Amino acid sequence: MTLENFIFLLYILVLASYCGFELISKVPPTLHTPLMSASNAISGITIVGAILCVREGEISKYLGMLALVLATINVVGGYAVTDRMLQMFKKKKA
Amino acid sequence: MNILVQLTYLISAVLFIVGIKKLNRTQEARQGNTLSSVAMLLAILATITYVEALTLPEILACIAIGGAIGLFWARKVEMTQMPEMVAIFNGFGGAASFLVAMSDYWTRAVEQPTLSTDMVTLISILLSVLIGGLTFTGSLTAYGKLSGKISGNAIVFGGQHLLNLVLLIVAIICGGLLVTELDLVTAMLVLAAISLVLGILVVIPIGGADMPVVISLLNSYSGMAACTTGFVLNNSVLIVTGALVGASGIILTQIMCKAMNRSLVSVLLGGFGATSGAAAAAGGGSEMVIKEVGVEEAAMIFDSASSVIVVPGYGMAVAQAQHVVREMMDLLEKKGVNVRFAIHPVAGRMPGHMNVLLAESNVPYDKLIEMEEINDDFGNTDVVLVVGANDVVNPAARTNPASPIFGMPILNADKARTVIVSKRSMAAGYAGIENELFGYDNCLMLFGDAKSTLTKMVGELKEM
Repeated sequence: MTLENFIFLLYILVLASYCGFELISKVPPTLHTPLMSASNAISGITIVGAILCVREGEISKYLGMLALVLATINVVGGYAVTDRMLQMFKKKKA
Repeated sequence: MNILVQLTYLISAVLFIVGIKKLNRTQEARQGNTLSSVAMLLAILATITYVEALTLPEILACIAIGGAIGLFWARKVEMTQMPEMVAIFNGFGGAASFLVAMSDYWTRAVEQPTLSTDMVTLISILLSVLIGGLTFTGSLTAYGKLSGKISGNAIVFGGQHLLNLVLLIVAIICGGLLVTELDLVTAMLVLAAISLVLGILVVIPIGGADMPVVISLLNSYSGMAACTTGFVLNNSVLIVTGALVGASGIILTQIMCKAMNRSLVSVLLGGFGATSGAAAAAGGGSEMVIKEVGVEEAAMIFDSASSVIVVPGYGMAVAQAQHVVREMMDLLEKKGVNVRFAIHPVAGRMPGHMNVLLAESNVPYDKLIEMEEINDDFGNTDVVLVVGANDVVNPAARTNPASPIFGMPILNADKARTVIVSKRSMAAGYAGIENELFGYDNCLMLFGDAKSTLTKMVGELKEM
């Protein structure tokens, strides 16, 4: 990785963190549990890295496959359970 | 790099951000979650185009297995078990980052040593292993504590912090060795082992009451782990999403600390349960005169009230009393009583947990009022019903500087005309201290299992 490339990624990191702080500080406490399980699912983005690791190789491939299974559990389970929670939140019936 | 793939990553990053933005509003939150999952799908599909045809079946098989397990758990889990579930999923996310970094390292150091590895990538690999491993075992330990598989008490021993420090220094030395000599596989294995051990050591001294803080913090770590993986693979979508999660976890951690009036440092150093127990023993001795109330009398008090606030705590969920509480709310509302719920930020075992539990039993979310909003209303409320909550209504937090919870923001339940406390016994709450509210003149104790006493009360109310 070149230095310019690193600095570029650093820019992305800083701006995305700022964006995250802005957005998430506005989430009402009512939704904190769904927020947490949703962001949990989002952190399963490592799935992208895991896919790239499953390639020609021996040990590196098996490690990648294990990572892929775990990341998929994280992603699919996280989104599914968040959806299950959010559909329970109802306003008073008129 | 394929420009189309990069553009898909960009769209996916934008969708992640819009998805989180929609989580700000209860009406749109579900849609936001769906958008975010679409973003994830796009990122996955874009990545799969890089894959060689040979390994594609293996990749799809892994995704199918993981997806089935995840879906099964997500459908089966009880809402009371949400904290455990989040903890274990979080652990898997951390483990994935750890394994991806190990896999990448193995390729570079052992399988394809001709591959050039620069400093940034190497340091990112080391950080990814360290943070990912720590998140993995830390989350599993938190899972064990939350699900009662290991003791929820703070586990402390002499030299604990020193041990952590030594391990960290050894890890840094290993890192330093690897920077100079990439193929020192032993150093990498030691580093990996230390990261796993540290995860356990960091979480075991933290007591059950502080768990909401710990899950939030581990959530943040899993985001940071994804970020460092992004630096390893030179992949911007990992960095964007990792940063979002990292920020989310940090904010929730701060909110939880504030709500419990604890500093993050003191939570992490641990041993809360132990210290406050001693303080309670020292402060005990004063005999409190409490007044008991029977089911019939309590029902009469509710029947003649015009405004009621319910203060639910985790005890309510343990007793599975949330459904009967909702039934009582419906009955009272039919009689023209204004019923609301006052939600303390740490009610339940994770941020916002109580809201989910009440939503599950069909309490409309506009009935759930946050602490700051409702605290001034207690003064002109006829009856407050405290179910399974304790420390969050202890006036000692306001009045008694010697109390371990002094300074913690509480619900001003004591200011209401009458307070009825549904409680199994006089046992102390999480913080292990006596609640002086129970001795107040306007406080009546309704002893017994919350579910059965409240069910009886609902029966009485129906006849009135």
